[in-house]
Amino acid sequence: MSKTNLTRRGVLKSGAVAGAGVALPTIFTASSASAFTNEPTGSSVTLGFNVPQTGPYADEGADELRAYELAVEHLNGGGDGGLLNTFSSKVLDGTGILGKKVEYVTGDTQTKSDAARASAQSMIQKDGAIMITGGSSSGVAVAVQGLCQEAGVIFMAGLTHSNDTTGKDKKANGFRHFFNGYMSGAALAPVLEQLYGNDRKAYHLTADYTWGWTQQESIAAATEALGWETVNNVLTPLAATDFSSYIAPVLNSGADVLVLNHYGGNMVNSLTNAVQFGLREKQVNGKNFEIVVPLFSRLMARGAGENIKGIVGSTNWHWSLQDEGSKAFVKSFGTKYGFPPSQAAHTCYVQTLLYADAVTRANSFNPCDVAAALEGFEFDGMGNGPTLYRAEDHQCFKDVLVVRGKENPTSEFDLLEIVEVTPAAQVTYPPDHPMFAGGQLGSCNPGA
Amino acid sequence: MDAILLQILNGLDKGSAYALIALGLTLIFGTLGVVNFAHGALFMIGAFCAVTLQRLFGLSFETIDETQTDFLGNPLKVKTPYVEAWFGPDFGATIIDWSVPLAILFAIPVMLVIGYVMERGLIKHFYKRPHADQILVTFGLAIVLQEVIKYYYGANPIQTPAPDALSGVMQVLPGVVYPVWRVVYFCFAVLVIGGVFAFLQFTTFGMVVRAGMADRETVGLLGIDIDKRFTLMFGLAAAVAGLAGVMYGPINAPNYHMGMDFLVLSFVVVVVGGMGSLPGAVLAGFLLGILESFASTTWATTTIPGINQIIIYLVAIIILLTRPRGLMGRKGVME
Repeated sequence: MSKTNLTRRGVLKSGAVAGAGVALPTIFTASSASAFTNEPTGSSVTLGFNVPQTGPYADEGADELRAYELAVEHLNGGGDGGLLNTFSSKVLDGTGILGKKVEYVTGDTQTKSDAARASAQSMIQKDGAIMITGGSSSGVAVAVQGLCQEAGVIFMAGLTHSNDTTGKDKKANGFRHFFNGYMSGAALAPVLEQLYGNDRKAYHLTADYTWGWTQQESIAAATEALGWETVNNVLTPLAATDFSSYIAPVLNSGADVLVLNHYGGNMVNSLTNAVQFGLREKQVNGKNFEIVVPLFSRLMARGAGENIKGIVGSTNWHWSLQDEGSKAFVKSFGTKYGFPPSQAAHTCYVQTLLYADAVTRANSFNPCDVAAALEGFEFDGMGNGPTLYRAEDHQCFKDVLVVRGKENPTSEFDLLEIVEVTPAAQVTYPPDHPMFAGGQLGSCNPGA
Repeated sequence: MDAILLQILNGLDKGSAYALIALGLTLIFGTLGVVNFAHGALFMIGAFCAVTLQRLFGLSFETIDETQTDFLGNPLKVKTPYVEAWFGPDFGATIIDWSVPLAILFAIPVMLVIGYVMERGLIKHFYKRPHADQILVTFGLAIVLQEVIKYYYGANPIQTPAPDALSGVMQVLPGVVYPVWRVVYFCFAVLVIGGVFAFLQFTTFGMVVRAGMADRETVGLLGIDIDKRFTLMFGLAAAVAGLAGVMYGPINAPNYHMGMDFLVLSFVVVVVGGMGSLPGAVLAGFLLGILESFASTTWATTTIPGINQIIIYLVAIIILLTRPRGLMGRKGVME
């Protein structure tokens, strides 16, 4: 007769041993073979381009995608090499990244955070993307940046202008080349003072999401420091199409400046409505009424048509810049596609090259090595003058352009003129600036 | 006082678009019993009729100007529209300038044909299917139409400006100015709405349609081909939506998703007005347009933040709670 000693402790011990045995193969295959998420093992490496292919920013997304394809072509040694010829770092030689041919997958963010996250997740899990880049909305960028941090891949933000992206929502795995709302305010304020004086009353219409909120806060702070008064700030829904009912109250508010914290289709419509209501011909408080669009893009300017003439705003980059980097990029992009690139295209192209360069300098695809190579990296020849990728918040600091809608354009692309190139020092802020407070960069996550 | 007047005018304008779209929706629902989620797309196609005509008028030939360069430094290609070459620079420029009003003539046959084809080719197969099926198929159609437009015209808004003579502002009261084109749009909407009501009220065709709306079976038993008339009504509804879109272009630049932007609000308008009620759709369109306008005033947005974004839905809930058939709804419809 056999006797069994089945105790609680014995069962737990046996379970632990059995569990460890079952998990053993996984531990070896997962941890030892792959040190980080999607470590490339073959002859190619996959990048994930997550852009709005549908929705209100689809044209920006299309231009971003063109830029990404051009960057891949140049990284793989095709075309005329573009900015590889002018980039101050010389480690990229047109043989891919670390000798691996660059391939890419694309996703559609639809300018919706949930769709963008799902798309990025699919590119990481199914396609093995080692880096995600793209965007055209700060809401999307913040959401995807968070996902990349959790998944352990690098996120090279595309077009995102909210302070929060490298402020309260900053992440160790996320990097932004594009400028932000604070920088727009810092660059615009002196020009606005010079053009319109320091005794103005401003009425703000603001897109009701992270980008609109932080841009409004930045512009209001910068102009109030000049002596301007902020009369009112009205939040408008992102889905709004007719802004006339928001414009009409401006007429009786006593304001003599209207600040449109709108982007894309929203800006096209709100500016059109403002012009229709005769705001540009109006005189208030003995001054000419003025309209300011803090964030401009050529694609938006094209949509707004004649209405942008004389309107002042800021932009990250413009194709008419005459430095060697900008000229090389315009030539490369213009020859391939037949029209000049937008600022969205420029920032996305540059981000791809910066990622490839960081991998090469680090001699590793490990996101933590790449992040270390990007932190504090100083470079030039990319079109915005000498630039610093600040280690504390992963924000690029470079010259910011103040532009104005051209009165007499010579072509369909010649819509904006550069009024001022604001030096980087003038738009730089301390990492602990209150507008960027509330979040932690945390530590790099290699995943796996 | 000036501010109130301005908001009323604004509301009437916004309401004009709501009323025109809701009128078409109600015509289709009242005659065919179809819930047409592609109606917003018809409004969008109307706007793109204006874009198309503007582009046709803008078709140009190129000459090389060696004295200027393009963005790549190559000799500049200067475009001259054929219309200006054929009719002279001044008259040609005037034709181009009036492309939006002229697009009305272009849009009417185009929209009638689109409406006819849509009804015969797709919608008729769903008459006896549940409303859920109709919504799904028409919503799918709307997405297809939207994507087709995006493919050919891009995603960015395209400016279709009003003629110079109808641009700028006009004085409606001493010290109160209002955009001329918005006044034109309101007058146009009143004319179209009046025309549709007159057509239904004072023509034999309209009388038969109204009889069919009340009792389709009996009218059919009288030997009248009511189906054919209802198909034509679908075309008419498409044309009304299209015309609303053509004239809306100078207010907000046409873009491929403008139909979707209006669709949900227009359905709210139809439900508030009363499903199947033409006067109800028009009344609710103007009423909700004015309410939305007032909810965007400085006073309203500072007193109740966010009221501008929810007012229409809030009013819809209140009306439907207190009057489930809507303002002028008929008994038995959607019950």
